[in-house]
Amino acid sequence: MTAPAPAIELVGISKAFGPVQANKDISIRVMPGTIHGIIGENGAGKSTLMSILYGFYKADAGEVFINGQKTDIPDSQAAIAAGIGMVFQHFKLVENFTVLENVILGVEDGFLLRPSLTKARKELKQLSEEYELHVDPDAIIEEIGVGMQQRVEILKALYRQADILILDEPTGVLTPAEADQLFRILGRLREEGKTIILITHKLREIMEITDTVSVMRRGEMTATVKTAETDPAQLAELMVGRKVLLQVDKVPAKPGDVILDVQNLNITDAQGVHRVKNVSFNIRAGEILGIAGVAGNGQSELLEVLGGYEKGTGTITVNGQPIDLTGKYSDGQSRRKRGIAHVPEDRQREGLVMNFSAWENTAFGYHSDPRYQKNALFMDHAAIKADTAEKMERFDVRPPNPLLAAKNFSGGNQQKIVVAREIERNPDVLLIGQPTRGVDIGAIEFIHKQIVALRDQGKAILLVSVELDEIMSLSDRIAVMFDGRIMGERLPQDTNVQELGLLMAGVQGDAA
Amino acid sequence: MDLLAFFDIAVLDGTVRLGVPLLLACLAGLYSERAGIFDIGLEGKMLIAAFLAAGVSFTTGSVWLGLIAGVLASVILSLLHGLASITFRGNQLISGVAINFFASGITVVAAQAWFGEGGRTPSLSGAARFESIQFPGALTRIRDIAKADLPMKVYSELLSGHTIIVYLCILIVPFVWWTLYRTRFGLRLRAVGENPGAVDTAGISVYRMRYSAVIICGVLCGLAGAYLSTGLQAGFVREMTAGRGYIALAALIFAKWRPWQALGATMLFGYLQALAIRPDILERAIGIRVQTQVLDALPYVLTVIVLAGFVGKAIPPRAGGEAYVKER
Repeated sequence: MTAPAPAIELVGISKAFGPVQANKDISIRVMPGTIHGIIGENGAGKSTLMSILYGFYKADAGEVFINGQKTDIPDSQAAIAAGIGMVFQHFKLVENFTVLENVILGVEDGFLLRPSLTKARKELKQLSEEYELHVDPDAIIEEIGVGMQQRVEILKALYRQADILILDEPTGVLTPAEADQLFRILGRLREEGKTIILITHKLREIMEITDTVSVMRRGEMTATVKTAETDPAQLAELMVGRKVLLQVDKVPAKPGDVILDVQNLNITDAQGVHRVKNVSFNIRAGEILGIAGVAGNGQSELLEVLGGYEKGTGTITVNGQPIDLTGKYSDGQSRRKRGIAHVPEDRQREGLVMNFSAWENTAFGYHSDPRYQKNALFMDHAAIKADTAEKMERFDVRPPNPLLAAKNFSGGNQQKIVVAREIERNPDVLLIGQPTRGVDIGAIEFIHKQIVALRDQGKAILLVSVELDEIMSLSDRIAVMFDGRIMGERLPQDTNVQELGLLMAGVQGDAA
Repeated sequence: MDLLAFFDIAVLDGTVRLGVPLLLACLAGLYSERAGIFDIGLEGKMLIAAFLAAGVSFTTGSVWLGLIAGVLASVILSLLHGLASITFRGNQLISGVAINFFASGITVVAAQAWFGEGGRTPSLSGAARFESIQFPGALTRIRDIAKADLPMKVYSELLSGHTIIVYLCILIVPFVWWTLYRTRFGLRLRAVGENPGAVDTAGISVYRMRYSAVIICGVLCGLAGAYLSTGLQAGFVREMTAGRGYIALAALIFAKWRPWQALGATMLFGYLQALAIRPDILERAIGIRVQTQVLDALPYVLTVIVLAGFVGKAIPPRAGGEAYVKER
């Protein structure tokens, strides 16, 4: 018996965007009926590679073989014809269509919709029973949760008879329970002989579900190994190119007096939706309070009010003094004067002006700093640039060039610019949202160290993150938010991902 | 006070006549905007179609040739808009405004060069115009209609006596609804206006869908314009569209981009326009004499109210106004 042909074989794929070599001579073989992981830092070229396989980009060089046949994939239509389905990180669904309409879009059987819809309804029922992909075919996409939307994407691919399924960062938007369910579905698909490629930057997922794994670094494929024969530390080293501390190194907290105290905070947004409901908590000096939760459960609004650019009702005190929540002093400038520094969740929209240079970005929010003034009228650009250069040096921002526009730095380095700007002001309270979203492992390690160092200087830190691993490893206390409420507080050493996951899904602690 | 006067047959008849060009333009905008291409250039396309339809009808003596010329001119401007906003990913508003300015200028200049009558075409008559179609047994003389009983009035004035374009228009709303919601084309068209990324990854060409929508938009605008100069009026005069393209856009928002509601909205605007030319009827209805200038302003006032969002939340197609750029 000869070995079966690989379901996918890429030979010598290269792709450049201008001067950036996104993929360099990449070769990979994936056997049918296996789950193959591709892991790498952001910008390592994983998504580019998969987009080439799905016909979104054209490779500069290289060949693609599907089931042993050389295949040209000039567009998505060709990829679908070759049996490849892709679940994108940002779903490609029409929000106000039903599940059924989304499934048939592009593969309608004729000019009239009705026969296609009838057929799809029947087939969807079969598929959902076969693979435990339960969805309501008549539900409107925007009215169902992300977990179900993702199942619709998988169904879309299966309806198009895909034998090869590519999933790009599929768990980024899911709760742990939803992620587990996804992995069960993927396991089921593997049993049925489907081939799956899983793109992720989460080591845990690779270890949990894949059979083989390839590691990418800076556009190159650095290794392909059997998952059973490797471990997270080795993979992390292959990804970054050096040894990485996966666990944050920190001594137990020595909490002091209460610095930040929030009582009965309520926030209603511009649409009249009650986003934050009677939230109370406090943070002591030398303590990190982690707020866990699935994105969109009020954490962002909480940060916005604390940061001073949205209004709310309730009482918030810093060092015993109340801060203004609705009036003249509820703005970022006043907050900073009160010792509250803020690293916003979305660095590209709220943390930086992407077209401005690093030194201009460093002055934001602190532009009235006397050190930055030349005289009553003009700012001292040279002083700001020098200050920025020092900060970049200390925070290892690469390249350390204050004149470069923010958009020209990688995600990790952009984040370091923001973190440096806020931490170096020596605030009493640091609000930090999604500190490592879209940041590579090396920079994550660095930013985590900075946060812990600030805590050890006796500052109060509010950490909001959707990454449970991050919350678990950094926080001294963990509060879980769901639907605008704090569902409960836990100590990291006394809880686990499962319990937090239930709280994040709105299941009350006692019932869990 | 005689509130029944609001339902005067003559005003209702005027509503249909004046509502039809609005309806055609509104549906033109519906196709385009449902596909994600905002089109502020409805006005310009109608204007150029009105001019060429009248000019060619007069020159050739055939209103059908005029209609074809008008529609073609409108489609060409549509393709220009498509080129700017789909292929070259330009700003759709600016492209639309440019088309309006272009049409406003070129029609007057060309009419002057062609006919030398001060930027207008000569009056059309006979086969150079769309004739009213009289139903069998319908009364045609105003004096006879005034004396007839109500069913006869409705039959003779409201139902009978319109041009072929008006009668075609009766079929167009269900047809648009059917294509939009019951056909593959409609599904893809709506999808491309909501999330072109979903359409692209499903293996359908976003460009082709959007160009088809823009061409349909051109055809319908062309019909609307041609009807203005060869059906409703007998010849082209400068700026004869008088903001109808913008009113149609307001009606489109009013209708929340849905065909049946578009019919209702455009007929409401048509009714206000019809009322404006019959101040005597309004006076009979409410017992107060209203200045004609106020009446003339009514459709535009309603437009402003609609656009200011007093009609509830209108959510435009989500990808509207944005050029599609392929990305992961």
